[in-house]
Amino acid sequence: MSEPVSALNHAAFDGLVEIEECGLQGMIILRGDLSARAVRSAATGATGAKMPGPREVQTNGAKALCWMSPDELLILCDYSFVAQAIEGMNKALNGVHALAVDMSDARTMFRLTGAAARDVMAKLTPADVSPQALQPGQIRRSRLAQVSAAFWLEDDMTFRVVCFRSVARYTFDLLCTAARPGSDVDYFNAPAAP
Amino acid sequence: MLILHCPCCGVYADETELAPGGEAHLTRHGPGSSDEAFTSYLFARKNPRGVHFERWRHAHGCGKWFHAARDTATLEVFGTYSAQTTEPPKAIRDAIAKRRPGWTWRGIA
Ligand SMILES: [Zn+2]
Repeated sequence: MSEPVSALNHAAFDGLVEIEECGLQGMIILRGDLSARAVRSAATGATGAKMPGPREVQTNGAKALCWMSPDELLILCDYSFVAQAIEGMNKALNGVHALAVDMSDARTMFRLTGAAARDVMAKLTPADVSPQALQPGQIRRSRLAQVSAAFWLEDDMTFRVVCFRSVARYTFDLLCTAARPGSDVDYFNAPAAP
Repeated sequence: MLILHCPCCGVYADETELAPGGEAHLTRHGPGSSDEAFTSYLFARKNPRGVHFERWRHAHGCGKWFHAARDTATLEVFGTYSAQTTEPPKAIRDAIAKRRPGWTWRGIA
């Protein structure tokens, strides 16, 4: 039996922020009418997390529901729990126009940790990552340089980033370059005035 | 830099997050139509200096299509609205009239 590995197998970098590829991560895409009762209860039932509103992330331990578009949720869970979660949702969605698909191996997740996390992300995305526009619990889909990515704050110093697996190396290299020591911007992470 | 409000996900997205979809509110002429109508549907596009209606897709974001009304000369955005409509809603037409009294576009005013 072959051993599943993530795209970059826990590649890590230590610079202005710590960057880590998160390894195997369960990711399920649920598409359907997010206002439909059956779809909502399938999602919340699989995770125990609350239903997120537009551009929100709702977490319950290692499980989470991320609002991706008016008809799309990204469901996070342990890699080993994916099959069981999909089976449960398919039961709940029997006869409903909706689709739950395992995307774990089609995507890659990174974690950025450090006080300069907003500054590093702001070098790569046109999205507003200021504290006024992006708070923990909110998700933004945008681009990092030339590729699409979704990102959210776990807490004030920790970003999670999801991109396609095919551009995992490109995205990792981007993040590392943006976090290279000596390239501080100190805009969001400005040192206190003397 | 053009910044459009995506009515589908609520994000203010800059141009580089979006994919342009060309002129809005075209009437599709297919099999059975006259050659003139089909040619016009396929090839003839407005290229106005001023008020214009376009389709845009939030390509790097929520992935949805929407409509935008803007001024091609000044990049002023009059508003964005749902893709599920065949003509600009009244609120958008009123917003344009306020800024560009007497505007017309393909018989719409
Ligand atoms: Zn959008």
